[in-house]
Amino acid sequence: MEALILTILLTSVPLIFAATGELVAERSGVLNLGVEGMMLMGAVSAFAATSVLGSPYVGVFAGAVAGAVTAVVFALFALGLATNQVATGLALTIFGSGLSGLVGAPFVGRTVDGLPVFAIPFLADIPVLGNLLFKHDIMAYMSVAFLVIVALFLNRTRAGLVLRAVGNNHDSAHALGYPVLLVRFYAVSFGGMMAGLGGAYLPLVLTPHWSEGMTAGRGWIALALVVFASWIPSRILAGALLFGGITIMQLAGQARGWTIPSQMLSMMPYIATILVLVIIARNRRFALINSPACLGRIYMQNK
Amino acid sequence: MNNKYVIAALGALVLGAVYWMVVGEKSSQVAEKASDKVKVGFVYLTTPGDHGWTYAHELGRQQVEKHFGDKVETSYVENVPEGPDAARVIRELAKKGNNIIFTTSFGYMDPTIKVAKEFPDVKFEHISGYKRAENVATGNIRYYEGRYVQGIVAGMMTKSNKVGYLASFPIPEVIQGINAFGLGLRSVNPDAELSIIWVNSWYDPVKEADAAKVHIAEGADILAQHTDSPAMLQAAEKAGIYGFGQASDMKAFAPKAQLFSSVNNWGPHYVNKIQKLLDGSWSTGDGPDHWAGNDWVGMADDYLVLTSFDNMPADVAEAAKKAAADIKSGKNKIFTGPIKDNSGTLRVPAGKTLNDGELFTTLDYYVEGVKGKIPG
Repeated sequence: MEALILTILLTSVPLIFAATGELVAERSGVLNLGVEGMMLMGAVSAFAATSVLGSPYVGVFAGAVAGAVTAVVFALFALGLATNQVATGLALTIFGSGLSGLVGAPFVGRTVDGLPVFAIPFLADIPVLGNLLFKHDIMAYMSVAFLVIVALFLNRTRAGLVLRAVGNNHDSAHALGYPVLLVRFYAVSFGGMMAGLGGAYLPLVLTPHWSEGMTAGRGWIALALVVFASWIPSRILAGALLFGGITIMQLAGQARGWTIPSQMLSMMPYIATILVLVIIARNRRFALINSPACLGRIYMQNK
Repeated sequence: MNNKYVIAALGALVLGAVYWMVVGEKSSQVAEKASDKVKVGFVYLTTPGDHGWTYAHELGRQQVEKHFGDKVETSYVENVPEGPDAARVIRELAKKGNNIIFTTSFGYMDPTIKVAKEFPDVKFEHISGYKRAENVATGNIRYYEGRYVQGIVAGMMTKSNKVGYLASFPIPEVIQGINAFGLGLRSVNPDAELSIIWVNSWYDPVKEADAAKVHIAEGADILAQHTDSPAMLQAAEKAGIYGFGQASDMKAFAPKAQLFSSVNNWGPHYVNKIQKLLDGSWSTGDGPDHWAGNDWVGMADDYLVLTSFDNMPADVAEAAKKAAADIKSGKNKIFTGPIKDNSGTLRVPAGKTLNDGELFTTLDYYVEGVKGKIPG
């Protein structure tokens, strides 16, 4: 059971990264549906960099940069040229899947040494909990650290307040003298960096390979997670563990010989997503109070 | 920001990407014109870099080139998804003047049949399916023979009596493999159990690794796979347990974990069929349509080759060698009764051996020792 929980924790890490990043972007009022594309760019770049340069830490960095750069492409269109965010985001996913496949073609079938486990001294010696929580690779700690930082930033800092203001009412924020587009640009880039890190986790920790489309829908689950978390960072952790748990339990169910068809079990994460979306949509006070009012709305800066 | 520059820069980026894709597309297809050679086309599911299924076919193609030299010209298209897209690729190869086209995955079965109707003068060889036509032959390897030997090794090696298996899709060859593994397992260890995880993909390293980790978490100490990447063996290596490679030798990925690999050796089959085409004696064989016909070959002809038996005690290696020899000599036909399914019902009475047709049409159950139920 302990090993199973450990597997679930690791499966959740990419979701925590990507969803936390997207949450920041959405709190600033930008809906970037290109998470899947950014994750794939992060994954392929991390793998390529590690494969060529030999260090998984360089890979982590490359993944973050690639994700951010991909997000900047989105920002140029959606913010700079004020294009429709939904369409641009979808295009970014298609673009990211295609380009990552192209860049990654020479790397198919290669393998790398992934990130080593870094046990935290003393804490790792606690029975059970030590194994589960304090014997991970550095990125797993990073994902939770980022989540905490984002939560503090949004709720406890002035800059976080400005970001939320921009997301809730960009006209008022502009009238108060805040640089709406610049704030959104930073938020989107941060979102891209986090998606890139989430993607990088796949080839650096989960399996030391690159394969086309290896994120397999995790970007979309991350998007759903943001809504699931009703734009509150702490809830992302619970959501990611739930989705990670379903992903792994459908495999474990098969191994245990449950007689539910495996295709049915494979559908579970997606069915859960839809269910959660339906439940959330019906409970406005609980769910929508933190929903950014300007989410997805186009803002044109007056010259 | 000046929008004109942004548009110009993005335009250049898009053009560059398009150019790159066109060039990339070209470089993935080795081929050009020349007249009186036999032109041979291959359709690959993934890339030769998968180090599994497609890599084995690529080695076969290389052997064809080496064997025939100037007399043939080969080309391949990689990363062709199973389904409607495959028909487009196969048609393209036929239009380019290929004389014989090998389509190397189960999912190309219907597209191959469809395109073959449009090109009656071109020969098609579909690997691992069961549909044939005037100009469509089928060929396959008896993978299950190697899996029976794997079952014996697993049964003798396992300490937890739990063996994990990654399966791709519930098609005949995969079910044959699971059942052969189960028969081998139970022939040496009546307490061992085989549990199956369906990955629903041939090549998905993330899911394969996840499934392998789940098997390990559930207590399995030996893993086997009918999927194509080395991800499972790498997970086994990391966890300090053992497993079997698939389709190609995967020792390089897991030197301490790989017990052995069942390697598909396509070269002789391809050489044989192309030689027949050159001689004018190419045919689709005369077996009934629902099974692989005359070209279903296995360990006896070295079409399925087991790599060296590593990381196991001498007595286990000895038993494996003996089992392999018995299969080669035809002494052990594997699917010989009595065979019970996993609910205890007798499916094959003592003394009866399933023939090739029955292997395709009657195996709708798991044998004793395999947990669960065939999906769908």
